[in-house]
Amino acid sequence: MSRLPTQVRRSDPEFIERLRHHRSLAEDLRERLQSLARGGPERARDKHLARGKLLPRERIDTLLDAGSPFLEIAPMAAYGLYDDAAPGAGLIAGIGRVSGQECLVVANDATVKGGTYYPMTVKKHLRAQEIALENHLPCIYLVDSGGAFLPLQDEVFPDRDHFGRIFYNQARLSAANIPQIAVVMGSCTAGGAYVPAMCDEAIIVREQGTIFLGGPPLVKAATGEEVDAETLGGADTHTRLSGVADHFAENDTHALAIARDIVSRLNRPSTARPPAEPSEPVHDPAEIYGILPTDTRYPFEVREIIARLVDGSEFSEFKARYGTTLVCGFARICGFPVGIVANNGILFSESALKGAHFIQLCNRRRVPLVFLQNITGFMVGRKYEQSGIAKDGAKMVTAVACSRVPKFTVIIGGSFGAGNYAMCGRAYQPRFLWTWPNARISVMGGAQAASVLATVRRDALETRGEPWSEDEEAKFKAPIREQYETQGHPYYASARMWDDGVIDPVDTRQVLGLALAASAAAPIEEERYGIFRM
Amino acid sequence: MFRSILIANRGEIACRVIATCQRLGIETVAVCSEADQHARHVRMADRAVLIGPAPAAQSYLDAERIIAAAVESGSEAIHPGYGFLSENADFARAVTEAGLVLIGPPAAAMELMGSKALAKAHISKADVPLIPGYHGDDQSDERLTAEARRVGFPLMLKAAAGGGGKGMRVVAKEADFAEALAAARREASGAFGDQRMILERYLEKPRHIEAQVFADNHGQVVHLYERDCSSQRRHQKIIEEAPAPGLAGPVRERLLQAAVRAARAVDYRGAGTVEFLVDGAEFYFLEMNTRLQVEHPVTEQITGLDLVEWQIRIAAGEPLPLSQDEIDCHGHAMEARVYAEDPERGFLPASGHLRQLVLPSGTGVRVDSGVDAGDEVSVHYDPMIAKIIVHDRDRVRCLARLNQALAGAFIAGLTTNLGFLQRLAADEAFIQGNIDTGLLDRSGQRLTRTDRQPPSSVIAAAACYWLDHADSHSDQRPSPWDRHDGWRLAGTAWRSLELEGPAGGIRIEACRASDGQWRLELNDCSMAASLQALGGHSWLLATDGERQRLQLYADGDRVEICHQHRRWPISRHTRFEAVEDGPGGDGRILAPMPGKVIEIRAKVGQSVDEGQTLAVMEAMKMELAIKAPIAGSVEDIPVEVGDIVEADSLLLVVSAD
Repeated sequence: MSRLPTQVRRSDPEFIERLRHHRSLAEDLRERLQSLARGGPERARDKHLARGKLLPRERIDTLLDAGSPFLEIAPMAAYGLYDDAAPGAGLIAGIGRVSGQECLVVANDATVKGGTYYPMTVKKHLRAQEIALENHLPCIYLVDSGGAFLPLQDEVFPDRDHFGRIFYNQARLSAANIPQIAVVMGSCTAGGAYVPAMCDEAIIVREQGTIFLGGPPLVKAATGEEVDAETLGGADTHTRLSGVADHFAENDTHALAIARDIVSRLNRPSTARPPAEPSEPVHDPAEIYGILPTDTRYPFEVREIIARLVDGSEFSEFKARYGTTLVCGFARICGFPVGIVANNGILFSESALKGAHFIQLCNRRRVPLVFLQNITGFMVGRKYEQSGIAKDGAKMVTAVACSRVPKFTVIIGGSFGAGNYAMCGRAYQPRFLWTWPNARISVMGGAQAASVLATVRRDALETRGEPWSEDEEAKFKAPIREQYETQGHPYYASARMWDDGVIDPVDTRQVLGLALAASAAAPIEEERYGIFRM
Repeated sequence: MFRSILIANRGEIACRVIATCQRLGIETVAVCSEADQHARHVRMADRAVLIGPAPAAQSYLDAERIIAAAVESGSEAIHPGYGFLSENADFARAVTEAGLVLIGPPAAAMELMGSKALAKAHISKADVPLIPGYHGDDQSDERLTAEARRVGFPLMLKAAAGGGGKGMRVVAKEADFAEALAAARREASGAFGDQRMILERYLEKPRHIEAQVFADNHGQVVHLYERDCSSQRRHQKIIEEAPAPGLAGPVRERLLQAAVRAARAVDYRGAGTVEFLVDGAEFYFLEMNTRLQVEHPVTEQITGLDLVEWQIRIAAGEPLPLSQDEIDCHGHAMEARVYAEDPERGFLPASGHLRQLVLPSGTGVRVDSGVDAGDEVSVHYDPMIAKIIVHDRDRVRCLARLNQALAGAFIAGLTTNLGFLQRLAADEAFIQGNIDTGLLDRSGQRLTRTDRQPPSSVIAAAACYWLDHADSHSDQRPSPWDRHDGWRLAGTAWRSLELEGPAGGIRIEACRASDGQWRLELNDCSMAASLQALGGHSWLLATDGERQRLQLYADGDRVEICHQHRRWPISRHTRFEAVEDGPGGDGRILAPMPGKVIEIRAKVGQSVDEGQTLAVMEAMKMELAIKAPIAGSVEDIPVEVGDIVEADSLLLVVSAD
């Protein structure tokens, strides 16, 4: 291990300028997250409280061990979608510690359209279950939802990764010995009734929780029977008569106390402890703000970032002199060993080969991988195509795809084109993927896209012998650049859950540490690779 | 020298005697009651003999059984300690008759000193000043009234056979005398079976100063200086010290010489204590205790001698180890008695298991105790837990050390007087050495009533402790999930704490700032605080630029914080306290299965406890008790005896109060 040096000078005017810029991005992120955390409109919150219920975040705080971290997943889901009517997609999901055990918590926010499921709500719920499956985290569902958001039923109900998949997952998770616990704190109507019904254990709150396939209006319409909600599917009915729920709770707090008790008796190995004593980085993580350029087009030394993420700023670099645009090496984060793969420029054949080699090493040694993504793509041009950069890139993509150790990806700058694949983009199923507020993600950069499209157009016009003035070309390019800028923005990406959240760069070490610890309990399969094209 | 000694006592004094025996190479035999079979003195001794059931009258006061134990165990001598049989002349005589040696004075001296009237009559011949009074045999009302007039008012009426405050009366004026006499006689005859009275001048603000004396079988008598035991509460000593503060040299010398004369006058042997009441430059003989005193350690500290060793050597016939001019007095010593009692509730004795027992240690600190953590302080015996003894160069330093030592003690499981001791040690009158024997009874309230509102620093320390340290996994390598600051992507969450101090509930909202300090919002103030462990029970509290050291002791959901000579108990409410016992359910009681109601034990309107049987059903050849699911009153009983009921049909309704 050697301690990474730093060239950072805090008095450098450029450092100061960058610091100010990125700090303001982080500040903006924080403000947006805080505002989203309030959930639905004031009126809905007041109504919720007036019924004697806890707000969803209060429920989570009560459920978790006092002061436990809560690693929230996709807090910006549905941001800017559905006329901004569904903050966080009306669902709070994340990992927190309950009775000493890291659990995945999914809580409906009934203050957001009655907790109904928008398309992004379904996506978030499924993503949360995927995280539980991959990391073997017990699931606790705090249910308070009116079911599918009916106006968008075509985007919520029928497809494979739609509403029904939630219950499919519950069955599969339970089968994989991942406990499924539901706390029914409000409605569970129609399909929603299956959330508690599919659980290993279910708690229901007196005079708040209801579970039924059809509510009183539907029953009356269907059979003419008149019945009140409590008799039809209240706590007393389900704990005494039907057995649909197992535990009767007086109120939200009581229900959450029962859930904590259940978790304390799951008889699972307790929380993972790191194999080495953790230590803080020697270099101040807050300096990351001053290191990052204000524009993704400018390169920066990624070792300066690594030095601010890893324990003691200590990094054992692999193949430091070969394929230098990709930095690979071993380090520890919060005491957990990691293999870091970080871009330090465009990917060449050598960098891709080195990456593939290193990823195999990490798999053989059972060392989780951390990808720090800042990639404009693979090198292009005759020389590179002729020397087979595509097959070398494919080797790295194969290694990433077949990797079995936990992978964690942080997009710390640009994420463009095939570089996204080789660096374990969303499609390569990292356990978690986070984005920094300065990041940009798209198939290529906005300027490149504009000029590619402009070239195609110019060629077409020229074929027809039509003139195209520079002015017209600029007018043609501007909206393309604008579109790419909008769609490449991390908030846009996060709203659509292309990531698990936008995070403050300074929090990265903490986030990775929590994720590493949360993933450590799941067994790692033996790795098997596809054909590496030679 | 003896080969083997039986210690006819228990608790700290038994341990104390055993310790000296061990140092001298003498085998020790402990005695114990059934309640004490695992007590520390039993564990310390080479052998132990079970002498009877828990009540002292059937064990530690059973002279015959104890002497038999000594004979059977081959002991040559018996050390009686203090209390129990230590001043019982019959016991002393029986020991001698059994061919054993009692480590104490001869029975005759005990007998003489056991009667106050006889003692005084005897002592006065040795030119030892007596308090003006009447100790005569003529106990007629007329004589006593006449004598009372001679002695003057206010005066004290005391039972001649008494002790421990029973049968004592202060009479302020002549008009009250007849009534007080009748009451004191009644009390005395109830307590001692002897209603003879002594009259004495009542000194308004006397100090209690006693001299330690030793006499051997070779005609030598020495004193080991004096002790001041003026801080008393209803004649129970609380903090003793030596030498007596502010006692003028010549007065002190006269007092010590008088004590030596008193010992000679009764042909004394062994260790004895001559007690005086001191009023300015005058002192009056009060009584002589013919045993080792509880407070003997302060004398040991200033003289550097082992009083138990001296007792044993003298009993073995050796001459006094030192002559008077070889006995020096160094520095100052104090002893605080830690009792299981509740000063806030009239010093009611407490009993229970010592869940935790932290006693101070270090330079100049000595602790004499007979218990360990896990032991029980039982209702059968004296509730003293420990004596904390400190020694230093002068009284000021000694007092500082006492304060420190008291703050270094913590006892969980039962109520103690530790807080009271700390307040006494920090009391201006005590600091000035101005305590008289009546002070604590006159104005003890300011010491027994604790301050209600803890200072904000104490609250902050308790809050930081629970926020940071209470649930930490210190023995394991830290997981990032061990954080307890409510970490969130959008910034740390606020945590709320519900604490309970002496003045009631304290609600705190806390948020970890980026500098690692906790920002605490109390009722009306906001502060930044952090608490750092310094090892042991010492902590460093940093609040808004101020840093202070304090002692914090944790006992589950309760902490005790020693801060500036005050002791603050603060407990926390857990988040699920209200629901921990689970729901009582509603009060509707349904038949658990089909069957017949064979008995109804409740009436409508009757209030019932949770779990109380309200009715009995017969079903499937079984009798089922129908119990109240919640406490409350019976609202409705829709069934009658003999009814056949279906499962889930309503039997009774109880409504919560």
